[in-house]
Amino acid sequence: MAQKTYAGIVLEVNEEGYMLEKNQWTKEIAKAIAQEENIELTEKHFEVIEFLRDRVAKGEGLTIRSIGKSGIVDIKGFYGLFPGAPLKLATRIGGLPKPVSCV
Amino acid sequence: MKKIIIVGAGTAGTMMANKLRKSLSKKEWEITIFDKYRTHYYQPGFLFIPFGTYTQKDVIKQKAVFIPNGVNIIYAEIDRIDADQNKVLLTDGKEYSYDFLVIATGCQTKPEETPGLKEANWYKNIFDFYTIEGAVALHAFFKDWQGGRLVMTITELPFKCPVAPLEFVFLADAYFTKRGIRDKVEIIFTTPMSGAFTKPKATAMLGRLLSEKNIKLIPDFYVESVDSENNVIHSYDGKEVAYDCLTIVPVNMGDEVIARSGLGDDLNFVPTDKNTLRSIAHENIFVLGDASNIPASKAGSVAHFASEALIGNMLEAINGKPMSHSFDGHANCYIETGFGKASLIDFNYTTEPLPGKYPVPLVGPFTLLGNSCINHLGKLAFKTMYWEFLLKDRKLPVSNNMSMAGKIKD
Repeated sequence: MAQKTYAGIVLEVNEEGYMLEKNQWTKEIAKAIAQEENIELTEKHFEVIEFLRDRVAKGEGLTIRSIGKSGIVDIKGFYGLFPGAPLKLATRIGGLPKPVSCV
Repeated sequence: MKKIIIVGAGTAGTMMANKLRKSLSKKEWEITIFDKYRTHYYQPGFLFIPFGTYTQKDVIKQKAVFIPNGVNIIYAEIDRIDADQNKVLLTDGKEYSYDFLVIATGCQTKPEETPGLKEANWYKNIFDFYTIEGAVALHAFFKDWQGGRLVMTITELPFKCPVAPLEFVFLADAYFTKRGIRDKVEIIFTTPMSGAFTKPKATAMLGRLLSEKNIKLIPDFYVESVDSENNVIHSYDGKEVAYDCLTIVPVNMGDEVIARSGLGDDLNFVPTDKNTLRSIAHENIFVLGDASNIPASKAGSVAHFASEALIGNMLEAINGKPMSHSFDGHANCYIETGFGKASLIDFNYTTEPLPGKYPVPLVGPFTLLGNSCINHLGKLAFKTMYWEFLLKDRKLPVSNNMSMAGKIKD
C-alpha cells in the first residue's frame, strides 16, 4: 500500500499501482496515470474505460473477449489503445482493480 | 409428484443425481437426468493418453452405471430450457416440466473460435488433448515423432483443468527424455497469463519447474489466429511463435444449449451466485460444475466440493427455508511434474495455494506446493476414487470447505 499523487490529488494505491478507491477516479487522474505509460488518452480510450467501469459497477467480470464484442473496439484495436497487457493497463488507468485471472 | 430435472450427466450432474435421490422421497419427488451421450469420460485421464500411460479403455465407462435407481435417465438432445415456463424442450418436440432445475452442462472446447485452428492440419500436427479424439491422435503422432518445436498454447481463460497444460509440458519433458530425444525437442509454453499460473506462490513454484526442465515460458501471449500452412501462431499484438507440433487448449465455452436458452454470458457460462450456487436470474435453477461462471477453477474437485453446499441449499430451497450453505470456492488439484512425481495445490476464493501437508497437518501424506512421489501416487489413485467414490457420492476423507490445517502461512 502506498500513496501517489495524480492530477494534484493524493490517492491510495496498492503495490502494483492500482487505485484502492475507484470512486475517487476522474478523467484527469486517468490522464495522469496514462502519462506515466506514455499514453495520450483519446475519446476512444475513455469509451473503453467507461465500458469497463460500467461492467465493474454491475459486478460483471472483465475479459478481453467481451471488450472485443462490445462494439467499441475489436481486440486488435484494444491492444492498439493500451499496448502490452491491455486489460491490466486499462483497468489501472481507469481506476479499477486489477482483473482477477480466473483459471 | 414434484419434479427435479438435471441437465447433463457428467461429473456434476451424476453427483447431484446421487445426492438428490438419497435425500428426497421417491413418493414425492421425481428426478430425471438428461444427456446427449451415453459415455462417461474420466477427463483427467486424457492427459496420460498422448504419452501411452493410459489408453482409451482406462477413461471410458457408461454413464448409466453411475445413475442411481429411482432416477430416470433420458438420452436425448435438449433444444432449450424455457426458464420462464419451467420447462425443458427436446429437439424431438417433447417437453418436460420441472419444479427445480440443476444445470450441469459443463464446458466444451471450441476450436472454431480461433481462426485457422481447425483446418487442414487439425490432428495432423495440431492437437488438443482435451478430447478423446485429440489425445489419441496425439499419441499416434508422438510415437513416430523424431523431434522439433513442441508448442503448448492456452488460447483463452477460463478453461477447464487449469493445471493440465503445465502437466502436459512436464510429462512431455519426461517422455522425450526417456525416449532419448529430449535434446531434439524444444518445448515452449505460451499463455495469456503473465506467469505460469495466477497466484504468486504457485506461479513461482511452477515457473521454477518450467525453467529447471528447460521449458520456455512465453507469457502475455493472447492467440489471435493459427497459420497452419506456415506452422505459426499469431498474437493480437503482432507477436509470433513458430511450431512443428502445436498442442492447444482451444477456447472453452459453455454448452450451446445455454446460448439457445438465453441463460449464458458471452462464453455461454451461466451467471451463478458463487456461494449459494443458485442462478442469478432464476430462483429455482441451480448450477454445478463447469457450466457456471463462478470465479473458481473449472475442475472436478470444485464440482465435488460445491455439490455439498449445493445439496444443502437445494433441500432448504425445496422446503421454503433460507439457504444457509456457502461454497468457499475450494479447489484441489494434483499437478503431474514428470518422472513419477507430482505436486498438489489446495485453495479457495480467498486463499491462494499455500505450502504444507494435506490433508493431515505434518503427516500429510501429500505435500502442498512441493514435488513428491506420493503426490503422483495420489494422482493415479484418483482415477479409482473418481469412479468408486466421487461419482457415487461416497464420502471422501477430506474437508469440504478448504481447511487451513497443515498449511504454512508466511
